[in-house]
Amino acid sequence: MSLSSSHARDDFADPGLRSGSTKYRPLIVAGVALGAILFQVYIPRLLQVLSYLELPLLVTIYFPLMRRSPLSGVAVGAGIGLLQDALSNNPLGMYGISKTLLGYMAGSVSQRFDDRNPSVRLILSFVFFLLHQLLYGAMQVALRGQPFGLSPVRTLVEAILNALVALPFFSTLDRLKLGSAG
Amino acid sequence: MEILYRFRNLTALLGVLLTQLILLGYQIKSNGEVRLIRVWALGAVTPLARVIEATRTKTAHFIDDYILLARASAENRRIKAALGQQQLENQRLRTELATADRAHALAIFEQQSPSKTIAARVIGNATGIGTRVVILDRGSSSGIEKGMAVITAQGIVGKITGVYANAAYVLLLTDSSFAAGVISQKARVRGTLRGEGDAAPAVELISNDLKIEKGDWFYTSGDDRIFPKGLPVGQVTSVGPGRVYQEIQLLPSGLESGLEEVLVVVDGVHGRIPDAPPPEQSVRLLAPPPTDTLAAPADSNANAKKGGGLLTDADRMLDRYRKIGLSLGHVFGQSGGAPNYNINLNPAPATAPREASSAQDAPPPSPLGAVKP
Repeated sequence: MSLSSSHARDDFADPGLRSGSTKYRPLIVAGVALGAILFQVYIPRLLQVLSYLELPLLVTIYFPLMRRSPLSGVAVGAGIGLLQDALSNNPLGMYGISKTLLGYMAGSVSQRFDDRNPSVRLILSFVFFLLHQLLYGAMQVALRGQPFGLSPVRTLVEAILNALVALPFFSTLDRLKLGSAG
Repeated sequence: MEILYRFRNLTALLGVLLTQLILLGYQIKSNGEVRLIRVWALGAVTPLARVIEATRTKTAHFIDDYILLARASAENRRIKAALGQQQLENQRLRTELATADRAHALAIFEQQSPSKTIAARVIGNATGIGTRVVILDRGSSSGIEKGMAVITAQGIVGKITGVYANAAYVLLLTDSSFAAGVISQKARVRGTLRGEGDAAPAVELISNDLKIEKGDWFYTSGDDRIFPKGLPVGQVTSVGPGRVYQEIQLLPSGLESGLEEVLVVVDGVHGRIPDAPPPEQSVRLLAPPPTDTLAAPADSNANAKKGGGLLTDADRMLDRYRKIGLSLGHVFGQSGGAPNYNINLNPAPATAPREASSAQDAPPPSPLGAVKP
């Protein structure tokens, strides 16, 4: 887990492509995001055991992490979150807000860590999953007046499983990159 | 402006969050929804989901048919060798029963139900971990409206919570925000069914002093104005006293056999709570086929009834030769070889030759052929 000191100086001001960032075709990003959503809509019907997978969240983490840009994190997070909201029974914005925040965070922390290191990816996926579930649960309580409804043990297990799946999933997505800067 | 530019990432974040919060606030406050975005999203996903579902169903049917064919063929050969025509007939009946699918049962239920219903297929789950909302392939164009009940032949499934042109959302009865009025079949006690997520649904608001037992059935009471009265809900799996109300858990009957085809109740008719629990799915079987009597003589049929067991052509032929031999005066086992048979002779009844024969005291011949006395 290496600290990138050159990036630590200025977290928010640099708008351009940062050193070590990876480029992807916009069409690939959109296709992967839609595929992740479709996976969540359809696959659990065939294999109930896969319903614990939150692939849209992993996509929301991956692209800003590799792009090393909080701005693209906001865009990817908001897009995936709103699409997920539109296909759920929730009011629009529940997943949108939580994923926007997570996309931003992923873009921000990527400037400090080596985003290609498997252990970093594992830990970040685990932490971001927990954060996502906490944010979503808190919004359920605060904005919709519904019960928190999260079982700590189950959430922890799901976080571990999603983090484990994130490793091969991210490696697969690494093959779709266009090129690296710096 | 320079500050905004310097902190452009943070500004963008706050802008997007604020927009979504306003959107969310509008929806929650006015209980309305941003229909256009949902229509676009469903429009993008539904056709793909339909294609995937159709491909999966056809592939599954093809594999099922292939396996069924292979099994039926092997079974057919084994039975032909071992037991013959009668067991083959049973196998055919069994195969027919095995291929009777749920859709057929659902169609029968639909015809018998007094309520007007529309059959629909589940094509996907709503997004989100642990979601208990499914998407149907029918929507407002088929006459489905928000708030309609969704059932199967076995019991209730959930209710419609969102309707679009060619799709609809169903909130399953296991979701924690689901509630429905129920009534017990034995004691006619009213309560409220609540989803419990992963756990079995619970029946709430039934006082400790009312009598509910494990195994009791609950039916819809019609009080919620969504589900018509008298539909099966589930069977009590556990019951125990609580602080004020009993803690009752149900095994929902509507979700027992998976969820592929459902019925949406478009015009519900209240029914009666039956006096007995819903019957098991019984299978009507035909009576065993009659024995083929055309090829056998009348008296050998009588022998078979007595326990002689002339069931095969070989038995009947042996019986016929034995009678011809007796009518010609042949004593089995004494002539030292095969008798000179006239096989075209029509054998007399078994008693006649024995009276005419000189060997009246000879023991009756064995059905297996020549036996020495």
